[in-house]
Amino acid sequence: MTQKKINIRVPVLARVEGEGALELDIENKQITHLKLNIFEPPRLFEKLLEGRHYSEVPDIVARICGICPVAYQMSAVHAFESLFDTRVSSWVNEMRRLFYCGEWIESHALHIHLLAAPDFLGYESAPAMAKKYPKEVKRGVEIQNLGNEIVRLLGGRSVHPVGVKVGGFHHAPKIDDVKTLLVKLEKKLPEVEEMLRWCSTLTLPDIEQEFVSVSLRDEKTYPMNTGNVVSGEGLNLPVEQYQTVFKEHHEPHSTALFSLMNGEPYLVGPLARLNLNFDILPDEIKTIINECDISFPSKNMYHSMFARAVELLYTFHESIRILKAYAIPDVPYSNVNVKAGIAYGCTEAPRGVLWHRYEVDEDGLIKSATITPPTSQNQARMEEDLRNALTLSGLDRKEDDIRFQAEQIIRNYDPCISCATHFLDLRINHK
Amino acid sequence: MSRAKVAVHKFSSCDGCQLAFLNLGADLLLLSELIDIKHFAEAGVIDESGHVDIAFVEGSISTQKERQRIQEVRKNSDYLITIGACATSGGIQALRNMNDGKAWLEAVYAMPEYIDSLDKVSPIAEHVKVDFELWGCPVSSEQVVATIRALLSGVTPKDNTEKVCMECKRKNNICTLVTKGEPCLGPVTKAGCGAICPAFGRGCYSCYGPSANANTSSLSQRLIGLGLLPEQVSQRYQLFNNNAPQFKKASEEVSKK
Repeated sequence: MTQKKINIRVPVLARVEGEGALELDIENKQITHLKLNIFEPPRLFEKLLEGRHYSEVPDIVARICGICPVAYQMSAVHAFESLFDTRVSSWVNEMRRLFYCGEWIESHALHIHLLAAPDFLGYESAPAMAKKYPKEVKRGVEIQNLGNEIVRLLGGRSVHPVGVKVGGFHHAPKIDDVKTLLVKLEKKLPEVEEMLRWCSTLTLPDIEQEFVSVSLRDEKTYPMNTGNVVSGEGLNLPVEQYQTVFKEHHEPHSTALFSLMNGEPYLVGPLARLNLNFDILPDEIKTIINECDISFPSKNMYHSMFARAVELLYTFHESIRILKAYAIPDVPYSNVNVKAGIAYGCTEAPRGVLWHRYEVDEDGLIKSATITPPTSQNQARMEEDLRNALTLSGLDRKEDDIRFQAEQIIRNYDPCISCATHFLDLRINHK
Repeated sequence: MSRAKVAVHKFSSCDGCQLAFLNLGADLLLLSELIDIKHFAEAGVIDESGHVDIAFVEGSISTQKERQRIQEVRKNSDYLITIGACATSGGIQALRNMNDGKAWLEAVYAMPEYIDSLDKVSPIAEHVKVDFELWGCPVSSEQVVATIRALLSGVTPKDNTEKVCMECKRKNNICTLVTKGEPCLGPVTKAGCGAICPAFGRGCYSCYGPSANANTSSLSQRLIGLGLLPEQVSQRYQLFNNNAPQFKKASEEVSKK
């Protein structure tokens, strides 16, 4: 047998919000060693929260991720309200759902058009793709912008919004602003439907694999702020008990911690959510999905992009529904009574389950904090996926092909390691 | 005329300031016609070592590798602009500088010896010459576009130096500090956000850092007068721009009280 030993270093994995390095050893056409190294300079948020007042936490944790600040704010406020037994009004609950819809729209549209679509159409970047697909890219950034507008309506700005407080919102939007936004969303809705159909026409690799989906599930509504943690294998757990099944550990090759469910990898994010909650979607959306000839639950990880598009359409419908019913409340928040204890909160960030735990003293100061972001939960699954998918596609290929496929697989997870920087050093070692 | 070559680099940060570009909507496509984006990893364009006219830098320096990389970025760019609180003043992660950074790392990671992390977090200007600073947590698209426009027109860019109070007056916001007794850092904070917090009835928490001539000792006195404990006042300065010299000094001064 000929001995082949090649070292490749590819600087910078594009279009992910994280710094990644992949080490791959291939021997006799089998992978003998695979490590996905995610490196984000540690910012040690869990430590810098210690000693801060609970009321500052929503503004501080937003800074973990510029792309999904709403998610961090939501998991935090739910945690404190559940510890303090705060009852919030249905107005607050609906506005939180609208706020979250805005972030899902912004984040999903950004990923589909600027980050993922260039992969499937063979372009280096979205601006390069825009020359051949001007309509699609323009539609994408306009949809993204409407998501930002929703976040701005309640938060003042779309990155690190300032409207949220424990108990509700600082401010209720004006009727005129709500009406203006509603008109824009209704006008754009047909294009969002078109976008979903367009996503279904992209040629996706047909690779099925076994994996366990994990998401929140609320029997009444598609999960965002509420529900238990459930899995495709029948798990059904209140969020306070999350740590009995899910455990994070540190691997030397990564600054994102690895989270495992009973010691095994699992998937969180849009595909996992849709796999576990398809039945809850409104019929009109189910009909469109059926027409697109893709069915859920799906075992094809490449359906993640389509799942994002489905959620985009769903959140557009939800936003329109909530804005149509909008009325100004007497007060946009409930008062809270501080209690010492452990606060647990879990919501669905655009990229999946985001779990928070805070130990709070009688003055409302944080004694300790644990935050488990979606990317650390997907990390073991990404390694497993790379191993399976690269093997299924054949390992006796040019390095460039393997590298391209590896990058595409990683981008399916829309990894956000700010919750992360940027480098895929790919080292393939053929023996 | 050839288009100006631009790079956007990320160091230790949340990616939020880069969104000032990616959230431009249809204007992003227009912008990509005005300038030639040479490096912007999150947007898929990669050429970290090429020479550019303008480099935007997001994030602070918190690892060995970043300390080396910023030198390369400086070497490869004619005009270097920091965007946001992290790059300009160190960001919230600089809080570790006042604490035992090493102990923090050991508390989070089981094997801290594998983590490349410096004991202190520092802004870009501590390492290389910075030509222009944009403050904000995050910076806005307007700030970034105005800066590019100024540079393309051959004009020295300008950023706000006045206080948030001025923005409140122009927007007819009701003063939260005076009318509600709500602790507000507006009187010592650089304008630029649009005074969005006071507009929502809450006090400013200083995303944009210290303004010119910030009278922090007078404000601290006022906040204590509202009933805040000195350490609570001190914590107000110790947020997203905790490492900015004026705020560092203000928080030290008030803790001595």
